[in-house]
Amino acid sequence: MNNEKRENREIILAGFGGQGILFAGKLLAYFGLLGGREVSWLPSYGPEMRGGTANCSVCISDKPIGSPLVTEPNILIVMNNPSYDKFINAVAPDGLAIVDSSLVEGRSDRNDISCVYVPATEMANENDLRGMANIILVGRLIKETGIASAELIRKALEKIIPSSKKQLVEFNMKAIQLGMNS
Amino acid sequence: MPDFTKPHALTDVPFHYCPGCTHGIVHRLVAEVIDEMGIEGDTIGICPVGCSVMAYDYFNCDMIEAAHGRAPAVATGVKRANPDKFVFTYQGDGDLAAIGTAETIHAATRGENITVIFINNTTYGMTGGQMAPTTLPGQVTQTTPYGRNTNVEGFPVKVCEILSQISGVALAERVTVTDPANIRKAKAAIRKGFEFQKNKQGFSLIEVLSTCPTNWGKSPVESLEWLKENMIPYYPLGVYKEGAVR
Amino acid sequence: MERNLMKGNEALAEAAIRAGCKCFFGYPITPQTEISAYMAKRMPKVGGVFLQAESEVAAINMVYGCASSGIRCMTSSSSPGISLKSEGVSYIAGSDLPCVIINVMRGGPGLGGIQPSQSDYWQATRALGHGDFQVLVYAPSTVQEMADYVTKAFDMADKFRMPALILADGLLGQMMEPVTFADGEIKMSDASGKPWATCGHGNKRPHNIVNSLYLQAEELEYHNVERFKRYEQVKAECPEAESYLADDADIVVAAYGSTARLARSAVDAARSRGIKAGLVRPITLWPFPDKQIKAACANAKRVLVTEMSMGQMVDDIKLAIECRLPVSFFGRTGGVIPKPSEILAQIVTLDEELKGE
Repeated sequence: MNNEKRENREIILAGFGGQGILFAGKLLAYFGLLGGREVSWLPSYGPEMRGGTANCSVCISDKPIGSPLVTEPNILIVMNNPSYDKFINAVAPDGLAIVDSSLVEGRSDRNDISCVYVPATEMANENDLRGMANIILVGRLIKETGIASAELIRKALEKIIPSSKKQLVEFNMKAIQLGMNS
Repeated sequence: MPDFTKPHALTDVPFHYCPGCTHGIVHRLVAEVIDEMGIEGDTIGICPVGCSVMAYDYFNCDMIEAAHGRAPAVATGVKRANPDKFVFTYQGDGDLAAIGTAETIHAATRGENITVIFINNTTYGMTGGQMAPTTLPGQVTQTTPYGRNTNVEGFPVKVCEILSQISGVALAERVTVTDPANIRKAKAAIRKGFEFQKNKQGFSLIEVLSTCPTNWGKSPVESLEWLKENMIPYYPLGVYKEGAVR
Repeated sequence: MERNLMKGNEALAEAAIRAGCKCFFGYPITPQTEISAYMAKRMPKVGGVFLQAESEVAAINMVYGCASSGIRCMTSSSSPGISLKSEGVSYIAGSDLPCVIINVMRGGPGLGGIQPSQSDYWQATRALGHGDFQVLVYAPSTVQEMADYVTKAFDMADKFRMPALILADGLLGQMMEPVTFADGEIKMSDASGKPWATCGHGNKRPHNIVNSLYLQAEELEYHNVERFKRYEQVKAECPEAESYLADDADIVVAAYGSTARLARSAVDAARSRGIKAGLVRPITLWPFPDKQIKAACANAKRVLVTEMSMGQMVDDIKLAIECRLPVSFFGRTGGVIPKPSEILAQIVTLDEELKGE
């Protein structure tokens, strides 16, 4: 039913609490789930509730997931400086890093990985999609990897957005499109 | 005419209590109330750790033996699963006001629909007469051999006074069983507690000032006199809080 | 059956409700608080009871009362909170009551940390309270198993009138994985089939007493001996283990719970390098699946135990294989999650040792 590439994905998403890191991770996990694959999602958990760093690991595979904790991601989505510093060198060779260049100052000199810089936070603000930089980055990930078909994206969003907030599906779709066209 | 047959809610097992101990009277009062309300088949009692630990053998309703101080939590578990049953705990001062303080206070704050029978005799009786949270200032016990020194051991806990400040409490009343008139008042208070429970109106606690002749080193009659002269002035009898919470 | 993504803690809570758990008594502690939060939201909608107790001590005693009245009930906590519950667990076991207890382990001792750990193995299997007793211990390894084994725990607890413990950890509690539930109406448990329950005799039977006090030594001895006779039945019926590529393995890795899934990845990686590695995973930690482990190690030359602790399961593995093989240990503790690559390195070292022999 889906044409996305059936590759093993070991993904880290990282940023500040409140940027929607866990939500974006959940969305990726649902891409895998609805694609009929094995998936896991694991948040970092700590004492801080807001403003601290937040990250999560997402695994998508055709085999049962061993470690849900990703330490050498083949995909990194990163939305703040401390997380960039922490994870950029952990990306596996041939991996992909998608960086919110509105917030992250660093630029990697690694030539064994692909780094994509997207000014996602600025794009979100300019397009009345404040707080959806995370989804713009997911859109860019889809463009880079084909991780989800258009049909799957909407399905996954409808699955994780509560029906009481249904109108958010369209905003998210718009953010995905922005990312895909970036 | 007074009825001196044994209440049905008491079994035929002979009490193990010391001569002159007032546990027997209070057991009987609880059993009479259960009989009069016709609720034996719908009642679950929770025993403490202390002298009344084996009350499960004496009451004819279903009975549970709790860990020291935990009876109100155990009662909560029974009551929440069976909101239409009657649940009472029967606890001493060490059990209720020392190790079980948190369970007591929080069952009260929740307005748990249970009835607590609280025996205050200022003593850990079963272990041989040590200081209780309710031991009076100056009172000699095995662990206060020179008398309770408030500079060292602090002050007695006044349970009804504390509970009177708690919103979930429907009834906090202190009674005694030193003579027939007080015994009748005590029974009326226990009945009131069960009625509050029947109407799902909140937490009820009846504190019964009681004697411990053995550990006080007094005869039963001397003990009653000592209670009147020493305990009642420190722990005045009366209703501290009354009124449906719900 | 629809696959849904759920956190282990939430899947476990939902499964408990579907297993007829009518009352849940909780207290917040990381990393298991989602169980309470889920129960708080869901229980009122299905006619069940959620209550946040004033302490772990109170929560387990509420379970004691509720279980006494014959109702399926549960409490959950994480390591330090489980220590507090141990008093109540002992009373529950001593009174021969069924209930389910969840430990989503974190690092210890003391306040320890909040990251995943398996350092309560000894507590769970040896000393979850004072006195002569055991509890059934299930160690799930996936979110689906968090759901499946809580159901089994309720059934076995009822069957053998004893507490059953789910020994999970922060990794399993916090992670999301696909999970499915069997269709079917939710039916809250009642006291039927439990003639011993103290739920009010209704003037139809003599009074029931729930009690663990026996002042006559011989009487207490009798009850303990009877209980251990029941444990023999449990030992015959309940042990469970999974073995993976163990039949022809030179090196068998023994691991349970979330560590087993990490070890499985390491075993796969070792196989792809041509190393004959396998895995044996105890699912019940008490009763310990001695026979299954012995069988899984029948052709092995080395056994590697791996845990998120200082090696609490090692002795049980040695006993299960009757000390016939060298047993080595690799573990991380304090909340550090071992990497499959670290476990693989251990396997490779053992393989090199074997080749050198």
